[in-house]
Amino acid sequence: MTSPTNRLAVVGAGPAGLAAALTAAHHNIAVTLIDSAPQPGGQFYRQPAAALGARRPQALHHAWRTWARLRDRLDAHVAAGRIRHLPGRHVWFVELLDRGFILRTLTADDEPEVFAADAVLLATGAYEKVLPFPGWTLPGVVTAGGAQAMLKGGLVLPGRMAVVAGSGPLLLPVATGLAAAGARLAALIEAADPRAYGRHARTLAAHPGKLAEAAGYAGRLLRHRVPVLTRHTVVAAHGTDRVEAVTVAALDADGRARPKTERRIACDTLAVGHGLLPHTDLAGALGCRTDPARVVVDAQQRTDVPGVWAAGEAAGVGGAALALAEGEIAGRSVVAHLTGERPRIRSTAATSRTALRKFAAALDAVHTPPAHWAEQVADDTLVCRCEDVTAGAVRHAVTELGAADLRTVKLLTRAGMGWCQGRVCGPGVAGVAGCPPETVRRPFARPVPLSVLARTPSPTEGRQE
Amino acid sequence: MIRRNPQDRPPNLPLDRAQDRPLDLVRARPGPSFTVTVDGRPVDALEGQSVAAVLWSAGTVAWRVTRDGRPRGAFCGIGVCFDCLITVNDRPNRRACLVAAASGDVIRTQRGEGHDDLAH
Ligand SMILES: Cc1cc2nc3c(=O)[nH]c(=O)nc-3n(C[C@H](O)[C@H](O)[C@H](O)COP(=O)(O)OP(=O)(O)OC[C@H]3O[C@@H](n4cnc5c(N)ncnc54)[C@H](O)[C@@H]3O)c2cc1C
Ligand code: FES
Repeated sequence: MTSPTNRLAVVGAGPAGLAAALTAAHHNIAVTLIDSAPQPGGQFYRQPAAALGARRPQALHHAWRTWARLRDRLDAHVAAGRIRHLPGRHVWFVELLDRGFILRTLTADDEPEVFAADAVLLATGAYEKVLPFPGWTLPGVVTAGGAQAMLKGGLVLPGRMAVVAGSGPLLLPVATGLAAAGARLAALIEAADPRAYGRHARTLAAHPGKLAEAAGYAGRLLRHRVPVLTRHTVVAAHGTDRVEAVTVAALDADGRARPKTERRIACDTLAVGHGLLPHTDLAGALGCRTDPARVVVDAQQRTDVPGVWAAGEAAGVGGAALALAEGEIAGRSVVAHLTGERPRIRSTAATSRTALRKFAAALDAVHTPPAHWAEQVADDTLVCRCEDVTAGAVRHAVTELGAADLRTVKLLTRAGMGWCQGRVCGPGVAGVAGCPPETVRRPFARPVPLSVLARTPSPTEGRQE
Repeated sequence: MIRRNPQDRPPNLPLDRAQDRPLDLVRARPGPSFTVTVDGRPVDALEGQSVAAVLWSAGTVAWRVTRDGRPRGAFCGIGVCFDCLITVNDRPNRRACLVAAASGDVIRTQRGEGHDDLAH
Protein backbone atom coordinates (compact mmCIF):
# COMPACT_ATOMS: atom_id res chain seq x y z
CA MET A 1 0.00 0.00 0.00
CA THR A 2 1.27 3.42 -0.93
CA SER A 3 0.42 6.38 1.28
CA PRO A 4 -0.90 9.55 -0.40
CA THR A 5 1.80 11.44 -2.25
CA ASN A 6 3.69 13.85 -0.01
CA ARG A 7 5.57 16.27 -2.08
CA LEU A 8 9.10 16.31 -0.66
CA ALA A 9 10.68 13.35 1.06
CA VAL A 10 13.82 14.16 3.06
CA VAL A 11 16.04 11.22 4.03
CA GLY A 12 18.01 12.08 7.17
CA ALA A 13 17.13 14.44 10.03
CA GLY A 14 20.63 15.79 10.67
CA PRO A 15 21.52 19.46 10.19
CA ALA A 16 21.22 19.25 6.37
CA GLY A 17 17.91 17.38 6.28
CA LEU A 18 16.38 19.55 9.00
CA ALA A 19 17.41 22.81 7.31
CA ALA A 20 15.93 21.62 4.01
CA ALA A 21 12.72 20.31 5.58
CA LEU A 22 12.16 23.55 7.52
CA THR A 23 12.83 25.70 4.44
CA ALA A 24 10.43 23.68 2.29
CA ALA A 25 7.73 23.52 4.96
CA HIS A 26 8.02 27.28 5.48
CA HIS A 27 7.06 27.63 1.80
CA ASN A 28 4.06 25.33 2.20
CA ILE A 29 5.56 22.20 0.74
CA ALA A 30 4.33 19.03 2.44
CA VAL A 31 7.43 17.32 3.80
CA THR A 32 7.98 13.74 4.89
CA LEU A 33 11.14 13.60 7.00
CA ILE A 34 12.41 10.04 7.35
CA ASP A 35 15.31 9.24 9.68
CA SER A 36 16.73 6.01 11.01
CA ALA A 37 17.51 7.50 14.42
CA PRO A 38 14.87 7.61 17.17
CA GLN A 39 15.44 11.36 17.72
CA PRO A 40 16.04 14.16 15.19
CA GLY A 41 19.46 15.86 15.11
CA GLY A 42 21.70 13.55 13.09
CA GLN A 43 25.26 12.99 14.28
CA PHE A 44 26.12 16.52 15.36
CA TYR A 45 22.90 17.11 17.32
CA ARG A 46 22.36 13.53 18.46
CA GLN A 47 19.99 13.56 21.46
CA PRO A 48 19.48 11.18 24.35
CA ALA A 49 16.05 9.51 24.42
CA ALA A 50 13.44 11.57 26.26
CA ALA A 51 13.05 8.72 28.79
CA LEU A 52 16.59 9.38 30.04
CA GLY A 53 15.33 12.73 31.35
CA ALA A 54 18.42 14.81 30.50
CA ARG A 55 17.79 18.25 31.92
CA ARG A 56 21.03 19.71 30.57
CA PRO A 57 21.78 17.83 27.31
CA GLN A 58 23.69 20.88 26.06
CA ALA A 59 26.56 19.89 28.37
CA LEU A 60 27.57 17.45 25.60
CA HIS A 61 26.94 19.84 22.71
CA HIS A 62 28.13 22.86 20.79
CA ALA A 63 26.03 25.48 19.04
CA TRP A 64 23.07 24.50 21.21
CA ARG A 65 21.13 27.71 20.44
CA THR A 66 21.09 26.76 16.75
CA TRP A 67 19.76 23.33 17.68
CA ALA A 68 17.09 24.77 19.98
CA ARG A 69 15.83 26.95 17.11
CA LEU A 70 15.82 24.02 14.66
CA ARG A 71 13.96 21.82 17.15
CA ASP A 72 11.35 24.48 17.96
CA ARG A 73 10.68 25.13 14.27
CA LEU A 74 10.46 21.38 13.61
CA ASP A 75 7.96 20.98 16.45
CA ALA A 76 5.86 23.87 15.10
CA HIS A 77 5.78 22.48 11.55
CA VAL A 78 4.97 18.99 12.80
CA ALA A 79 2.13 20.40 14.94
CA ALA A 80 0.80 22.32 11.92
CA GLY A 81 0.91 19.18 9.79
CA ARG A 82 3.43 20.59 7.32
CA ILE A 83 6.17 18.13 8.27
CA ARG A 84 5.52 14.47 8.91
CA HIS A 85 8.52 13.31 10.97
CA LEU A 86 9.06 9.56 10.76
CA PRO A 87 11.92 8.53 13.06
CA GLY A 88 13.19 4.98 13.48
CA ARG A 89 12.93 4.12 9.76
CA HIS A 90 15.81 3.28 7.50
CA VAL A 91 15.28 3.99 3.81
CA TRP A 92 16.79 1.00 2.02
CA PHE A 93 15.77 1.88 -1.52
CA VAL A 94 14.44 4.86 -3.46
CA GLU A 95 12.71 3.92 -6.67
CA LEU A 96 12.39 6.28 -9.60
CA LEU A 97 8.95 6.10 -11.24
CA ASP A 98 7.76 7.79 -14.45
CA ARG A 99 6.42 10.50 -12.17
CA GLY A 100 7.84 10.79 -8.70
CA PHE A 101 9.47 8.35 -6.33
CA ILE A 102 8.75 5.50 -3.98
CA LEU A 103 10.79 5.25 -0.77
CA ARG A 104 11.05 1.84 0.85
CA THR A 105 11.80 1.76 4.57
CA LEU A 106 12.34 -0.72 7.37
CA THR A 107 11.75 -0.08 11.06
CA ALA A 108 14.21 -1.30 13.69
CA ASP A 109 12.04 -4.45 13.88
CA ASP A 110 12.29 -4.94 10.10
CA GLU A 111 8.69 -3.84 9.46
CA PRO A 112 8.52 -2.63 5.85
CA GLU A 113 6.75 0.61 4.86
CA VAL A 114 6.44 2.54 1.61
CA PHE A 115 6.18 6.29 1.01
CA ALA A 116 5.62 8.25 -2.20
CA ALA A 117 7.08 11.66 -3.09
CA ASP A 118 7.46 14.09 -5.98
CA ALA A 119 10.98 15.10 -4.98
CA VAL A 120 13.65 13.51 -2.81
CA LEU A 121 16.45 15.08 -0.80
CA LEU A 122 19.24 12.76 0.31
CA ALA A 123 20.72 14.12 3.57
CA THR A 124 22.13 10.84 4.82
CA GLY A 125 25.37 12.20 6.27
CA ALA A 126 28.56 10.23 6.71
CA TYR A 127 30.18 7.44 8.70
CA GLU A 128 33.66 7.07 10.02
CA LYS A 129 36.70 5.80 8.19
CA VAL A 130 39.11 3.71 10.26
CA LEU A 131 42.30 2.32 8.78
CA PRO A 132 43.37 -1.07 10.16
CA PHE A 133 46.27 -1.67 12.55
CA PRO A 134 47.21 -4.67 14.68
CA GLY A 135 44.66 -4.99 17.49
CA TRP A 136 41.96 -2.77 15.98
CA THR A 137 39.33 -5.51 16.34
CA LEU A 138 39.75 -5.77 20.12
CA PRO A 139 36.67 -4.84 22.16
CA GLY A 140 37.16 -1.38 23.62
CA VAL A 141 38.56 -0.13 20.31
CA VAL A 142 35.72 1.99 18.90
CA THR A 143 35.39 4.66 16.26
CA ALA A 144 35.84 8.18 17.60
CA GLY A 145 32.42 9.23 16.31
CA GLY A 146 30.93 6.02 17.67
CA ALA A 147 32.16 6.80 21.18
CA GLN A 148 30.65 10.26 20.78
CA ALA A 149 27.35 8.89 19.43
CA MET A 150 27.01 6.38 22.28
CA LEU A 151 27.80 9.15 24.76
CA LYS A 152 25.41 11.75 23.30
CA GLY A 153 22.63 9.24 22.63
CA GLY A 154 22.98 6.66 25.42
CA LEU A 155 24.88 8.67 28.06
CA VAL A 156 27.47 5.91 28.42
CA LEU A 157 31.23 5.49 28.19
CA PRO A 158 33.08 2.40 26.96
CA GLY A 159 35.67 2.63 29.75
CA ARG A 160 37.49 4.93 32.13
CA MET A 161 40.89 5.49 30.57
CA ALA A 162 40.74 6.48 26.92
CA VAL A 163 43.17 7.21 24.12
CA VAL A 164 41.68 9.23 21.25
CA ALA A 165 43.66 8.78 18.05
CA GLY A 166 43.77 9.09 14.29
CA SER A 167 43.41 12.27 12.34
CA GLY A 168 40.84 14.96 11.74
CA PRO A 169 38.76 17.66 13.33
CA LEU A 170 36.36 15.16 14.93
CA LEU A 171 38.99 14.01 17.44
CA LEU A 172 38.82 17.28 19.42
CA PRO A 173 35.09 17.25 20.28
CA VAL A 174 35.31 13.51 20.97
CA ALA A 175 38.22 13.92 23.39
CA THR A 176 36.62 16.85 25.22
CA GLY A 177 33.25 15.04 25.30
CA LEU A 178 34.72 11.89 26.83
CA ALA A 179 36.70 13.93 29.36
CA ALA A 180 33.70 16.04 30.37
CA ALA A 181 31.68 12.85 30.86
CA GLY A 182 34.21 11.49 33.34
CA ALA A 183 36.66 9.41 31.29
CA ARG A 184 40.34 9.98 31.92
CA LEU A 185 42.16 10.83 28.72
CA ALA A 186 45.53 9.09 28.59
CA ALA A 187 46.43 10.84 25.32
CA LEU A 188 45.17 12.49 22.16
CA ILE A 189 47.21 11.18 19.21
CA GLU A 190 46.93 13.18 15.96
CA ALA A 191 48.80 12.15 12.81
CA ALA A 192 48.76 15.62 11.28
CA ASP A 193 51.41 18.25 11.85
CA PRO A 194 49.75 21.39 13.19
CA ARG A 195 52.39 23.45 11.39
CA ALA A 196 50.65 22.41 8.17
CA TYR A 197 47.89 24.83 9.14
CA GLY A 198 50.33 27.61 8.26
CA ARG A 199 49.89 26.82 4.57
CA HIS A 200 46.17 27.54 4.92
CA ALA A 201 46.43 30.56 7.19
CA ARG A 202 44.32 32.80 4.95
CA THR A 203 41.45 30.32 4.65
CA LEU A 204 41.50 29.62 8.36
CA ALA A 205 41.69 33.28 9.35
CA ALA A 206 38.49 33.88 7.37
CA HIS A 207 36.65 31.78 9.98
CA PRO A 208 37.16 33.44 13.34
CA GLY A 209 34.19 31.50 14.74
CA LYS A 210 35.75 28.18 13.81
CA LEU A 211 39.10 29.22 15.25
CA ALA A 212 37.40 30.22 18.49
CA GLU A 213 35.72 26.80 18.57
CA ALA A 214 39.08 25.07 18.07
CA ALA A 215 40.64 27.26 20.76
CA GLY A 216 37.77 26.32 23.06
CA TYR A 217 38.52 22.62 22.55
CA ALA A 218 42.23 23.23 23.11
CA GLY A 219 41.43 25.06 26.36
CA ARG A 220 39.28 22.19 27.58
CA LEU A 221 42.00 19.66 26.72
CA LEU A 222 44.43 21.70 28.79
CA ARG A 223 41.99 21.91 31.66
CA HIS A 224 41.54 18.15 31.63
CA ARG A 225 45.36 17.83 31.35
CA VAL A 226 45.11 15.70 28.23
CA PRO A 227 48.57 14.97 26.79
CA VAL A 228 48.46 15.78 23.07
CA LEU A 229 50.91 14.13 20.68
CA THR A 230 50.83 15.46 17.11
CA ARG A 231 52.62 13.72 14.21
CA HIS A 232 52.10 10.49 16.10
CA THR A 233 50.17 7.38 15.27
CA VAL A 234 48.90 4.26 17.00
CA VAL A 235 50.91 1.34 15.63
CA ALA A 236 49.15 -1.37 17.64
CA ALA A 237 46.50 -2.02 20.26
CA HIS A 238 47.20 -4.76 22.82
CA GLY A 239 45.01 -7.05 24.92
CA THR A 240 43.22 -10.38 24.78
CA ASP A 241 39.58 -9.91 25.80
CA ARG A 242 39.65 -6.14 25.47
CA VAL A 243 42.17 -3.40 24.78
CA GLU A 244 44.62 -2.90 27.64
CA ALA A 245 47.21 -0.62 26.04
CA VAL A 246 48.28 0.94 22.77
CA THR A 247 51.72 1.48 21.29
CA VAL A 248 52.18 4.87 19.67
CA ALA A 249 55.10 6.13 17.60
CA ALA A 250 56.25 9.44 16.14
CA LEU A 251 55.93 9.89 12.39
CA ASP A 252 58.81 11.00 10.18
CA ALA A 253 58.49 13.55 7.38
CA ASP A 254 57.40 10.81 4.94
CA GLY A 255 54.65 9.56 7.23
CA ARG A 256 56.42 6.42 8.47
CA ALA A 257 56.59 5.41 12.13
CA ARG A 258 60.05 6.46 13.37
CA PRO A 259 62.04 3.58 14.82
CA LYS A 260 62.78 3.78 18.56
CA THR A 261 60.07 6.37 19.22
CA GLU A 262 57.55 3.77 20.28
CA ARG A 263 55.92 4.02 23.65
CA ARG A 264 53.19 2.08 25.35
CA ILE A 265 50.18 3.80 26.88
CA ALA A 266 47.81 1.90 29.17
CA CYS A 267 44.10 2.40 28.44
CA ASP A 268 40.82 0.48 28.39
CA THR A 269 39.37 2.43 25.46
CA LEU A 270 40.76 3.51 22.11
CA ALA A 271 38.53 5.90 20.14
CA VAL A 272 40.01 6.08 16.67
CA GLY A 273 39.11 7.66 13.33
CA HIS A 274 40.72 8.84 10.12
CA GLY A 275 38.01 11.06 8.70
CA LEU A 276 34.50 10.53 7.38
CA LEU A 277 32.97 8.87 4.32
CA PRO A 278 29.64 10.00 2.85
CA HIS A 279 26.65 7.64 2.69
CA THR A 280 26.01 7.46 -1.06
CA ASP A 281 24.15 4.15 -1.50
CA LEU A 282 20.67 5.56 -2.13
CA ALA A 283 22.07 8.05 -4.64
CA GLY A 284 24.10 5.35 -6.38
CA ALA A 285 21.10 3.04 -6.71
CA LEU A 286 19.08 5.95 -8.18
CA GLY A 287 21.80 6.41 -10.78
CA CYS A 288 23.09 9.75 -9.43
CA ARG A 289 26.69 10.54 -10.28
CA THR A 290 29.07 10.01 -7.38
CA ASP A 291 32.65 11.19 -7.33
CA PRO A 292 34.20 8.38 -5.95
CA ALA A 293 32.84 8.89 -2.48
CA ARG A 294 30.32 11.73 -2.50
CA VAL A 295 27.15 12.59 -4.37
CA VAL A 296 27.89 15.16 -7.09
CA VAL A 297 25.60 18.22 -6.92
CA ASP A 298 25.27 21.55 -8.74
CA ALA A 299 25.03 25.04 -7.23
CA GLN A 300 21.43 24.32 -6.17
CA GLN A 301 22.40 20.98 -4.57
CA ARG A 302 20.66 19.10 -7.42
CA THR A 303 22.04 15.71 -8.43
CA ASP A 304 22.09 14.80 -12.10
CA VAL A 305 18.86 12.78 -11.65
CA PRO A 306 15.90 15.18 -11.97
CA GLY A 307 13.88 15.40 -8.76
CA VAL A 308 16.76 14.25 -6.54
CA TRP A 309 18.77 16.64 -4.35
CA ALA A 310 21.65 15.94 -1.95
CA ALA A 311 22.90 18.12 0.91
CA GLY A 312 25.20 17.90 3.89
CA GLU A 313 27.92 15.31 4.24
CA ALA A 314 26.31 12.94 1.70
CA ALA A 315 27.49 15.52 -0.85
CA GLY A 316 30.94 15.97 0.73
CA VAL A 317 32.27 16.06 4.28
CA GLY A 318 32.41 19.53 5.83
CA GLY A 319 30.72 19.62 9.24
CA ALA A 320 27.41 20.77 10.63
CA ALA A 321 27.52 24.46 9.64
CA LEU A 322 28.11 23.56 5.99
CA ALA A 323 25.35 20.94 6.18
CA LEU A 324 22.93 23.62 7.43
CA ALA A 325 23.83 26.00 4.59
CA GLU A 326 23.53 23.27 1.95
CA GLY A 327 20.24 22.06 3.38
CA GLU A 328 18.73 25.52 3.20
CA ILE A 329 19.87 25.98 -0.40
CA ALA A 330 18.51 22.57 -1.37
CA GLY A 331 15.20 23.37 0.33
CA ARG A 332 14.81 26.58 -1.65
CA SER A 333 15.70 24.85 -4.88
CA VAL A 334 13.07 22.14 -4.21
CA VAL A 335 10.46 24.83 -3.50
CA ALA A 336 11.22 26.47 -6.85
CA HIS A 337 11.04 23.13 -8.65
CA LEU A 338 7.71 22.13 -7.11
CA THR A 339 6.03 25.54 -7.42
CA GLY A 340 7.45 26.53 -10.78
CA GLU A 341 8.89 29.74 -9.35
CA ARG A 342 12.41 31.05 -9.73
CA PRO A 343 14.76 29.72 -7.02
CA ARG A 344 15.43 32.34 -4.36
CA ILE A 345 18.72 31.24 -2.88
CA ARG A 346 19.84 33.62 -0.15
CA SER A 347 23.24 35.01 -1.03
CA THR A 348 24.33 34.64 2.60
CA ALA A 349 23.74 30.88 2.44
CA ALA A 350 25.63 30.61 -0.85
CA THR A 351 28.53 32.71 0.49
CA SER A 352 28.80 30.73 3.67
CA ARG A 353 28.66 27.46 1.70
CA THR A 354 31.59 28.60 -0.46
CA ALA A 355 33.64 29.70 2.55
CA LEU A 356 32.86 26.58 4.59
CA ARG A 357 33.75 24.28 1.70
CA LYS A 358 37.11 26.02 1.41
CA PHE A 359 37.61 25.63 5.12
CA ALA A 360 36.73 21.92 4.93
CA ALA A 361 39.16 21.44 2.05
CA ALA A 362 41.94 23.08 4.10
CA LEU A 363 41.23 20.80 7.08
CA ASP A 364 41.15 17.82 4.77
CA ALA A 365 44.55 18.74 3.32
CA VAL A 366 46.08 19.01 6.80
CA HIS A 367 44.49 15.92 8.35
CA THR A 368 45.68 13.11 6.13
CA PRO A 369 46.40 9.66 7.55
CA PRO A 370 50.11 8.74 7.71
CA ALA A 371 51.22 8.17 4.12
CA HIS A 372 52.68 4.72 4.81
CA TRP A 373 50.09 3.43 7.29
CA ALA A 374 49.61 0.22 5.28
CA GLU A 375 53.21 -0.84 6.03
CA GLN A 376 52.33 -1.12 9.72
CA VAL A 377 49.54 -3.58 9.04
CA ALA A 378 51.06 -6.97 9.87
CA ASP A 379 50.06 -9.95 7.73
CA ASP A 380 47.99 -11.49 10.51
CA THR A 381 45.97 -8.29 11.11
CA LEU A 382 42.34 -8.55 10.02
CA VAL A 383 41.45 -5.95 7.42
CA CYS A 384 37.89 -7.14 6.78
CA ARG A 385 36.23 -7.41 10.19
CA CYS A 386 33.08 -9.14 8.92
CA GLU A 387 34.67 -11.95 6.91
CA ASP A 388 37.86 -12.29 9.00
CA VAL A 389 40.14 -11.57 6.04
CA THR A 390 43.76 -10.81 6.97
CA ALA A 391 46.12 -8.31 5.39
CA GLY A 392 48.25 -11.31 4.40
CA ALA A 393 45.37 -12.80 2.39
CA VAL A 394 44.83 -9.49 0.58
CA ARG A 395 48.55 -9.20 -0.19
CA HIS A 396 48.61 -12.80 -1.39
CA ALA A 397 45.71 -12.06 -3.77
CA VAL A 398 47.70 -9.18 -5.26
CA THR A 399 51.23 -10.58 -5.38
CA GLU A 400 50.58 -14.30 -5.94
CA LEU A 401 47.19 -14.42 -7.62
CA GLY A 402 47.63 -11.30 -9.73
CA ALA A 403 44.60 -9.31 -8.56
CA ALA A 404 44.99 -5.80 -9.98
CA ASP A 405 41.78 -4.16 -8.79
CA LEU A 406 39.55 -4.21 -5.73
CA ARG A 407 36.77 -6.22 -7.37
CA THR A 408 39.17 -9.08 -7.99
CA VAL A 409 40.66 -8.80 -4.49
CA LYS A 410 37.13 -9.04 -3.11
CA LEU A 411 36.24 -12.08 -5.22
CA LEU A 412 39.45 -13.86 -4.25
CA THR A 413 39.43 -13.05 -0.52
CA ARG A 414 35.77 -12.27 0.39
CA ALA A 415 36.97 -8.94 1.84
CA GLY A 416 33.98 -6.59 1.74
CA MET A 417 31.37 -9.33 1.23
CA GLY A 418 30.07 -9.46 4.80
CA TRP A 419 27.34 -7.65 6.69
CA CYS A 420 28.79 -4.16 6.33
CA GLN A 421 29.25 -4.61 2.59
CA GLY A 422 32.74 -3.17 2.61
CA ARG A 423 31.78 0.14 4.22
CA VAL A 424 34.25 -0.41 7.06
CA CYS A 425 37.04 -2.30 5.29
CA GLY A 426 36.93 -0.53 1.91
CA PRO A 427 39.72 2.02 2.51
CA GLY A 428 41.80 -0.50 4.48
CA VAL A 429 41.66 -3.18 1.79
CA ALA A 430 42.45 -0.62 -0.91
CA GLY A 431 45.49 0.62 1.00
CA VAL A 432 46.85 -2.82 1.83
CA ALA A 433 46.25 -4.05 -1.73
CA GLY A 434 47.78 -0.88 -3.16
CA CYS A 435 44.75 -0.40 -5.44
CA PRO A 436 42.96 2.91 -5.95
CA PRO A 437 39.64 3.14 -4.06
CA GLU A 438 36.65 2.37 -6.28
CA THR A 439 33.07 3.51 -6.17
CA VAL A 440 31.10 0.61 -4.76
CA ARG A 441 27.53 0.34 -6.02
CA ARG A 442 25.36 -1.32 -3.42
CA PRO A 443 21.84 -2.18 -4.52
CA PHE A 444 20.35 -1.36 -1.10
CA ALA A 445 21.33 1.01 1.71
CA ARG A 446 21.15 -1.78 4.31
CA PRO A 447 20.67 -5.57 4.38
CA VAL A 448 17.04 -6.43 3.68
CA PRO A 449 15.28 -9.59 4.89
CA LEU A 450 14.46 -11.90 2.00
CA SER A 451 10.85 -12.03 3.26
CA VAL A 452 10.63 -8.26 2.58
CA LEU A 453 12.27 -8.50 -0.83
CA ALA A 454 9.90 -11.28 -1.84
CA ARG A 455 6.94 -8.98 -1.18
CA THR A 456 8.51 -6.03 -3.02
CA PRO A 457 7.33 -5.52 -6.60
CA SER A 458 10.11 -5.15 -9.15
CA PRO A 459 10.69 -1.60 -10.43
CA THR A 460 8.62 -2.28 -13.57
CA GLU A 461 5.68 -3.50 -11.53
CA GLY A 462 6.13 -0.46 -9.32
CA ARG A 463 5.80 1.78 -12.34
CA GLN A 464 2.39 0.32 -13.14
CA GLU A 465 1.03 1.11 -9.66
CA MET B 1 21.72 11.22 41.31
CA ILE B 2 21.31 7.62 42.36
CA ARG B 3 19.88 5.13 39.97
CA ARG B 4 21.47 1.85 40.93
CA ASN B 5 21.64 0.22 44.24
CA PRO B 6 25.32 -0.70 44.75
CA GLN B 7 24.32 -4.00 46.35
CA ASP B 8 22.59 -5.01 43.12
CA ARG B 9 25.75 -4.85 41.09
CA PRO B 10 27.59 -7.92 39.92
CA PRO B 11 30.50 -8.27 42.36
CA ASN B 12 33.21 -7.70 39.73
CA LEU B 13 32.19 -4.10 39.06
CA PRO B 14 33.92 -1.25 40.88
CA LEU B 15 31.58 0.90 42.92
CA ASP B 16 32.90 4.35 42.01
CA ARG B 17 29.80 5.25 39.97
CA ALA B 18 31.96 5.93 36.92
CA GLN B 19 29.11 4.87 34.67
CA ASP B 20 26.81 7.45 36.24
CA ARG B 21 29.02 10.40 35.35
CA PRO B 22 27.63 11.04 31.85
CA LEU B 23 24.14 10.98 33.39
CA ASP B 24 25.26 13.44 36.06
CA LEU B 25 26.84 15.71 33.45
CA VAL B 26 23.52 16.24 31.66
CA ARG B 27 21.59 16.17 34.97
CA ALA B 28 19.59 13.17 33.81
CA ARG B 29 16.57 12.01 35.74
CA PRO B 30 15.93 8.66 34.10
CA GLY B 31 12.95 6.52 34.99
CA PRO B 32 13.43 3.65 37.42
CA SER B 33 15.89 1.06 36.17
CA PHE B 34 14.60 -2.30 35.03
CA THR B 35 16.23 -5.68 34.54
CA VAL B 36 17.24 -7.52 31.41
CA THR B 37 19.18 -10.76 31.36
CA VAL B 38 22.44 -11.21 29.50
CA ASP B 39 23.23 -14.92 29.12
CA GLY B 40 21.01 -15.48 32.13
CA ARG B 41 22.70 -12.88 34.35
CA PRO B 42 20.49 -9.96 35.47
CA VAL B 43 21.70 -6.53 34.34
CA ASP B 44 20.27 -3.09 35.17
CA ALA B 45 18.95 -1.06 32.25
CA LEU B 46 17.37 2.35 31.73
CA GLU B 47 14.51 3.11 29.40
CA GLY B 48 15.86 4.99 26.38
CA GLN B 49 19.19 3.17 26.23
CA SER B 50 20.22 0.83 23.45
CA VAL B 51 21.25 -2.71 24.29
CA ALA B 52 24.87 -1.67 23.63
CA ALA B 53 24.54 1.26 26.04
CA VAL B 54 23.14 -1.08 28.71
CA LEU B 55 26.07 -3.45 28.23
CA TRP B 56 28.63 -0.63 28.33
CA SER B 57 27.20 0.76 31.56
CA ALA B 58 27.44 -2.74 33.04
CA GLY B 59 31.14 -2.70 32.15
CA THR B 60 30.79 -5.15 29.24
CA VAL B 61 32.38 -4.26 25.90
CA ALA B 62 32.55 -7.73 24.30
CA TRP B 63 29.43 -9.77 23.48
CA ARG B 64 30.02 -11.61 20.25
CA VAL B 65 32.61 -14.18 19.22
CA THR B 66 33.61 -14.37 15.59
CA ARG B 67 33.72 -17.69 13.75
CA ASP B 68 37.40 -17.97 14.63
CA GLY B 69 36.69 -17.30 18.30
CA ARG B 70 37.69 -13.65 18.70
CA PRO B 71 35.63 -11.31 20.90
CA ARG B 72 33.79 -8.28 19.50
CA GLY B 73 31.46 -5.57 20.72
CA ALA B 74 30.31 -2.18 19.43
CA PHE B 75 32.66 -0.46 16.99
CA CYS B 76 30.94 2.24 14.88
CA GLY B 77 28.11 2.94 17.34
CA ILE B 78 25.75 4.03 14.53
CA GLY B 79 24.55 0.86 12.80
CA VAL B 80 27.12 0.69 10.00
CA CYS B 81 29.66 -1.99 10.97
CA PHE B 82 27.51 -4.92 12.26
CA ASP B 83 30.23 -5.82 14.78
CA CYS B 84 27.76 -5.49 17.65
CA LEU B 85 25.39 -8.30 16.59
CA ILE B 86 23.52 -9.92 19.46
CA THR B 87 20.50 -12.15 20.05
CA VAL B 88 17.54 -10.38 21.68
CA ASN B 89 14.46 -12.40 22.66
CA ASP B 90 15.53 -15.25 20.37
CA ARG B 91 16.07 -13.01 17.34
CA PRO B 92 19.74 -13.28 16.32
CA ASN B 93 21.81 -10.67 14.47
CA ARG B 94 20.28 -7.56 16.01
CA ARG B 95 22.53 -4.51 16.09
CA ALA B 96 22.98 -3.82 19.80
CA CYS B 97 23.81 -0.17 19.09
CA LEU B 98 20.37 0.38 17.50
CA VAL B 99 17.97 -1.88 19.42
CA ALA B 100 16.35 -0.22 22.43
CA ALA B 101 16.46 -2.27 25.61
CA ALA B 102 13.08 -3.19 27.11
CA SER B 103 12.16 -4.58 30.48
CA GLY B 104 12.56 -8.34 30.65
CA ASP B 105 14.59 -8.64 27.45
CA VAL B 106 16.39 -11.95 27.20
CA ILE B 107 19.74 -11.06 25.63
CA ARG B 108 22.19 -13.68 24.52
CA THR B 109 25.70 -13.17 23.23
CA GLN B 110 26.22 -14.85 19.89
CA ARG B 111 28.81 -16.70 17.91
CA GLY B 112 29.46 -15.90 14.28
CA GLU B 113 27.06 -13.81 12.23
CA GLY B 114 24.64 -16.15 10.43
CA HIS B 115 23.95 -14.76 7.00
CA ASP B 116 20.73 -16.68 6.51
CA ASP B 117 17.63 -14.85 5.42
CA LEU B 118 19.20 -11.57 4.27
CA ALA B 119 20.11 -10.03 0.94
CA HIS B 120 22.49 -7.12 0.65
C1 LIG C 1 29.40 8.84 14.38
C2 LIG C 1 29.64 10.30 14.10
C3 LIG C 1 29.69 11.22 15.15
C4 LIG C 1 29.92 12.57 14.89
N1 LIG C 1 30.00 13.43 15.95
C5 LIG C 1 30.31 14.73 15.72
C6 LIG C 1 30.50 15.64 16.80
O1 LIG C 1 30.35 15.26 17.96
N2 LIG C 1 30.86 16.92 16.52
C7 LIG C 1 31.02 17.34 15.24
O2 LIG C 1 31.35 18.51 15.03
N3 LIG C 1 30.82 16.53 14.20
C8 LIG C 1 30.48 15.23 14.40
N4 LIG C 1 30.33 14.38 13.35
C9 LIG C 1 30.40 14.92 12.00
C10 LIG C 1 28.96 15.06 11.45
O3 LIG C 1 28.89 14.15 10.39
C11 LIG C 1 28.59 16.47 11.02
O4 LIG C 1 28.92 17.36 12.04
C12 LIG C 1 27.09 16.69 10.72
O5 LIG C 1 26.29 15.97 11.62
C13 LIG C 1 26.71 16.34 9.30
O6 LIG C 1 25.36 16.70 9.08
P1 LIG C 1 24.46 15.97 7.99
O7 LIG C 1 23.11 16.57 8.10
O8 LIG C 1 25.13 16.01 6.67
O9 LIG C 1 24.43 14.42 8.39
P2 LIG C 1 24.13 13.67 9.77
O10 LIG C 1 24.16 14.58 10.91
O11 LIG C 1 25.01 12.50 9.76
O12 LIG C 1 22.61 13.18 9.60
C14 LIG C 1 22.25 12.16 8.72
C15 LIG C 1 21.03 11.44 9.27
O13 LIG C 1 20.53 10.58 8.27
C16 LIG C 1 20.22 9.33 8.81
N5 LIG C 1 20.31 8.35 7.73
C17 LIG C 1 21.42 7.99 7.01
N6 LIG C 1 21.10 7.09 6.07
C18 LIG C 1 19.76 6.89 6.18
C19 LIG C 1 18.82 6.07 5.49
N7 LIG C 1 19.20 5.30 4.45
N8 LIG C 1 17.52 6.09 5.89
C20 LIG C 1 17.11 6.87 6.92
N9 LIG C 1 17.95 7.68 7.61
C21 LIG C 1 19.26 7.68 7.24
C22 LIG C 1 21.24 9.16 9.92
O14 LIG C 1 20.78 8.25 10.90
C23 LIG C 1 21.34 10.58 10.47
O15 LIG C 1 20.38 10.80 11.46
C24 LIG C 1 30.11 13.01 13.57
C25 LIG C 1 30.04 12.09 12.52
C26 LIG C 1 29.81 10.75 12.77
C27 LIG C 1 29.78 9.77 11.61
S1 FES D 1 28.44 -0.83 16.55
FE1 FES D 1 28.52 -0.79 14.39
S2 FES D 1 26.59 -1.60 13.88
FE2 FES D 1 26.46 -1.48 16.01
